[in-house]
Amino acid sequence: MNDLVTAAIVVFGVPAVLVGYILLTERIIGALPEQRQGAIRPWFWIAPAVAFLVVFLIYPTINTFVLSFMDAQSKSFVGLDNYLWFIQDPGTIEALRNSLLWVVFMTGGVVGLGLLIAILVDRVRYEPVAKSVIFLPLAISFVAAGIIWNFMYGYQDPSRPQTGTLNAVIGIVGLGPVRWTQEEPFNNLSLIFIGVWMWTGFAMVILSAGLKGISPELLEAARVDGATEWQVFRGIIVPLLTPTIFVVATTIVITALKSFDIVFTVTNGNFGTDVIAREMWQQMFTPPGNFGRASAVAIVLLLAIIPFMLINIRRFREQEAIR
Amino acid sequence: MTSLLKARDQAPSVAGQRRGPKLSRLLLHGVVIVIAFIWIVPTLGLLVNSFRPAEEVSRSGWWTALFPPWDFTLANYARVIDANDLGDSFINSLFITIPATIIPVMVAAFAAYAFAWMSFPYKNAIFVAIVGLLVIPLQSTLIPVLRLLASTGIAGEFLAVWLAHTGYGLPFAIYLLRNYMGGLPKEVFESAAIDGASPATAFFRLALPMSVPVIASLAIFQFLFVWNDLLVSLIYIGPTDPENLPMTVRVASLVSSIGGQTHILTAAAFLTMILPLSVFLLLQRYFVRGITGGAVKG
Amino acid sequence: MSHGNWRKVLVLVGALAVVGAGCNTGETGKDKEVTVIGSWGDAEQDSFLAMVEPWETRTGNTVKYTGSRGLGAYLTTAVASGTLPDLAGLPGPGEMVQFAASGALKPLDDVLDMDTYRADTVPALVELGSSGGNVVGVFMKLSVKGFIWYNTANYTGERPANWDAVMAVDPSPADSLFCVALESAADSGWPGTDWIEDFVIRQSGPQVYDSWVAGTTKWTDPAIKQAFEAFGEVLEVSFGGAAYQNSTYFGDGGNELFSDPPGCKFHHQASFMSSFFKESGGAADGDYDFFVMPEINSEYAGALTGGGDLLGLFSDKAAAKDLLKYLVSAEAQQIWADRGGFVSANTKVTTYPNPVEQKSADAIHNATVFRFDGGDLMPGTMKAAFFTAMVDFAENPGNLDQILAELDTIQSTAYTPQ
Repeated sequence: MNDLVTAAIVVFGVPAVLVGYILLTERIIGALPEQRQGAIRPWFWIAPAVAFLVVFLIYPTINTFVLSFMDAQSKSFVGLDNYLWFIQDPGTIEALRNSLLWVVFMTGGVVGLGLLIAILVDRVRYEPVAKSVIFLPLAISFVAAGIIWNFMYGYQDPSRPQTGTLNAVIGIVGLGPVRWTQEEPFNNLSLIFIGVWMWTGFAMVILSAGLKGISPELLEAARVDGATEWQVFRGIIVPLLTPTIFVVATTIVITALKSFDIVFTVTNGNFGTDVIAREMWQQMFTPPGNFGRASAVAIVLLLAIIPFMLINIRRFREQEAIR
Repeated sequence: MTSLLKARDQAPSVAGQRRGPKLSRLLLHGVVIVIAFIWIVPTLGLLVNSFRPAEEVSRSGWWTALFPPWDFTLANYARVIDANDLGDSFINSLFITIPATIIPVMVAAFAAYAFAWMSFPYKNAIFVAIVGLLVIPLQSTLIPVLRLLASTGIAGEFLAVWLAHTGYGLPFAIYLLRNYMGGLPKEVFESAAIDGASPATAFFRLALPMSVPVIASLAIFQFLFVWNDLLVSLIYIGPTDPENLPMTVRVASLVSSIGGQTHILTAAAFLTMILPLSVFLLLQRYFVRGITGGAVKG
Repeated sequence: MSHGNWRKVLVLVGALAVVGAGCNTGETGKDKEVTVIGSWGDAEQDSFLAMVEPWETRTGNTVKYTGSRGLGAYLTTAVASGTLPDLAGLPGPGEMVQFAASGALKPLDDVLDMDTYRADTVPALVELGSSGGNVVGVFMKLSVKGFIWYNTANYTGERPANWDAVMAVDPSPADSLFCVALESAADSGWPGTDWIEDFVIRQSGPQVYDSWVAGTTKWTDPAIKQAFEAFGEVLEVSFGGAAYQNSTYFGDGGNELFSDPPGCKFHHQASFMSSFFKESGGAADGDYDFFVMPEINSEYAGALTGGGDLLGLFSDKAAAKDLLKYLVSAEAQQIWADRGGFVSANTKVTTYPNPVEQKSADAIHNATVFRFDGGDLMPGTMKAAFFTAMVDFAENPGNLDQILAELDTIQSTAYTPQ
């Protein structure tokens, strides 16, 4: 019972405190001279977010940056040694190549399929069912996802019945069995497909929400004027959805770069499937941990997304300019 | 708006190429059903196998169970449900997840509104820096944050996980909300200002209600992320206060140190999935057209 | 905003402060609590809790246990940030030494009754739990490596006199002589490392084994290369080739003993493998048996390898010290042994509920030479490379020289504290 009371206070109290914060700051700002209000107000509105980010992300990032110039146990300064190790390690080239494959194919797959599904299900009556099916993989815990793909990609000796779904299917026409996650050229793509399967629902939900924001009258007007569905898509939907597509794509690029768990649990980077993020995990958590090297890899990841961030800046300037 | 005019200009010239509605409807249903089928097969396999004895799972494919002789069992589910403290850990998961969803969504909404509709120096630079924080691997924050939480005495408490998940969830939340709010029609806010509404009123009465679909999707993602998290809880709550640990940690300990026992994990996976899936179905009614009051983005 | 609304907000802020305060209750009871984290789950967790119950009743203290596999990430973070439970399972002796060196692990010499502990415990394990002259880790749950398992329907059960005689056994009615299964998610390859370790100790003896594990003997040394070559011969007469070996989960590795027609006659795996025969192989008690891998060089006959779960102390709490002292006692160890799935390091524990555990305990207690799993004794990076090397070797046995040379490169830096 005590728990229930506490729960009720938390669930209602936390939002109330946050709303209270905004109302309180508005009152403080209201007491200021009119012309200074506009300059002060935004800082109050972003302050809670900035406070959280400083503690949980910015401070650790500065810490990571410093550690990347220190030794394994962060005891002494080693200069650029950790970065040199990263550049010189023979596995780096392969990991870089695979991370690039992840970024290209996972982003392409997730955004492309997510957009396709969002647009298509918008026109069918069983939309909630279809969306739930695509969304399902997001709700599955990571451990279960690992097991699932064992059932899909599983390999048995050719003399035995195949228990993996894919090998059983291609076996019907006399092909295989194939070691999907181990053999070139399937291995990387098989692993990336797991990522696509998991994240397409994410893209679909966001893009679908964006799609619902487009006025139906606008689309109807175009159709009445004789535009084909393709023209409606190219001429209206895509331009209006571009900012949202951009948000989804940026998020997935970063997710793909950070993604290590699929590779970690399925192949552990063997068979030429290693990625940079798994390398970082290994350096960090192979006891007692090489925090210097792990931090250097984290900083490399941070640098790798700078181009995407620059494109983002440009996009937001454009958005403000046209409205 | 220009793109719309362009589409209208081009439209009549190719009107004749339009395919028959019947054929394109058929194609539409075909594509949706094929993709949905591909997407559900892996989960279906998991579901079927969760009702099969372990030795059957390792001997034959899940689809063989669909044909007689049937050999289904509830033992895997019974094993999970009988686990000690599973109910308590379920409550803990709720207790962790709900505030850890509400706080970041609200905090992000304030910030996103400021980034979208207020002007201040270095606005874009600060915003892009926040989005850039998305790339920070969670693992590299664990040690410094745990030190901090331990020194303030909140490590081990629910509060530690609420705050941490809020911090980790904010970059994406702000990014997504700012993008959506930035696309809301300018006229709405201008006329509200002329009517004398304060920015707070405009936020609560206009921006928030118009952003319901995107807030609903954000809430579901944050909910899922926290609900399925094991590492953050294990490390910030940790073994010093095991009575506060969530269901993910409890489920993971259903497997012995040697490994195997995937049949128990498959059953557990479905049991843990029920709630997030219900939340998704519940929130789906917010993903409908018109709730934004006919807002046109772009 | 009206004054009424203001009051509501203030009430809610107050309520939240109360919640915050509510989170901090119960600090006074902490002295009576001992927190433990370990990798034991499922039945192991139940057995551990049953083991500590008499101690809880006697002392009035409570044990709070958290089970979680893959403690590496947790412990690395916890040790680095100094936020630790009272007792924790350790990933292996190599990590134990590193945690002891960092000062996180407490020495146990004044915690345990050392005379009784030394007298009752397998000497090699007392040694392995020591670092810098102090005992810092105690072994809880042992497993014996190098069991050659077979299906009693396909093999008479006689133990061949030496390794050559094993290799000369006719595989029929099975397709192949051995099954080798190396897949184990992020630890893939480890079953192969057990093979190499069993060959090294039987071919070249404990001195070479120790210096190899310690990073002194190189991987390209003929003694180590010879072990890989012997394993290569095993792979040649193993079921399914590299495709099967690298794709098959180690827990399913024994399934082919029981299939029809059988895929293999023998399966080399540790003492805990019998639980998998029952879980996924569909076997029942009595369907399987084993013999300990026979000698190769008669000079080292009776040598044995094994593994075990280490427990270490991370706090100065009196109750935690008392619990640890109780856990190593024969009284406590017998409780878990009686519940099954447990082989004790305590020689006073003599009765086991089933023949596999009984024979495992006898094998450890009677071994002329007992050595711990070599991979677990190596530094983390060396161990990880060893695992990966086994996957590579099964895939491309012809690349042996290159694989060993790469291991040498890693060996040259893995042992020096960076």
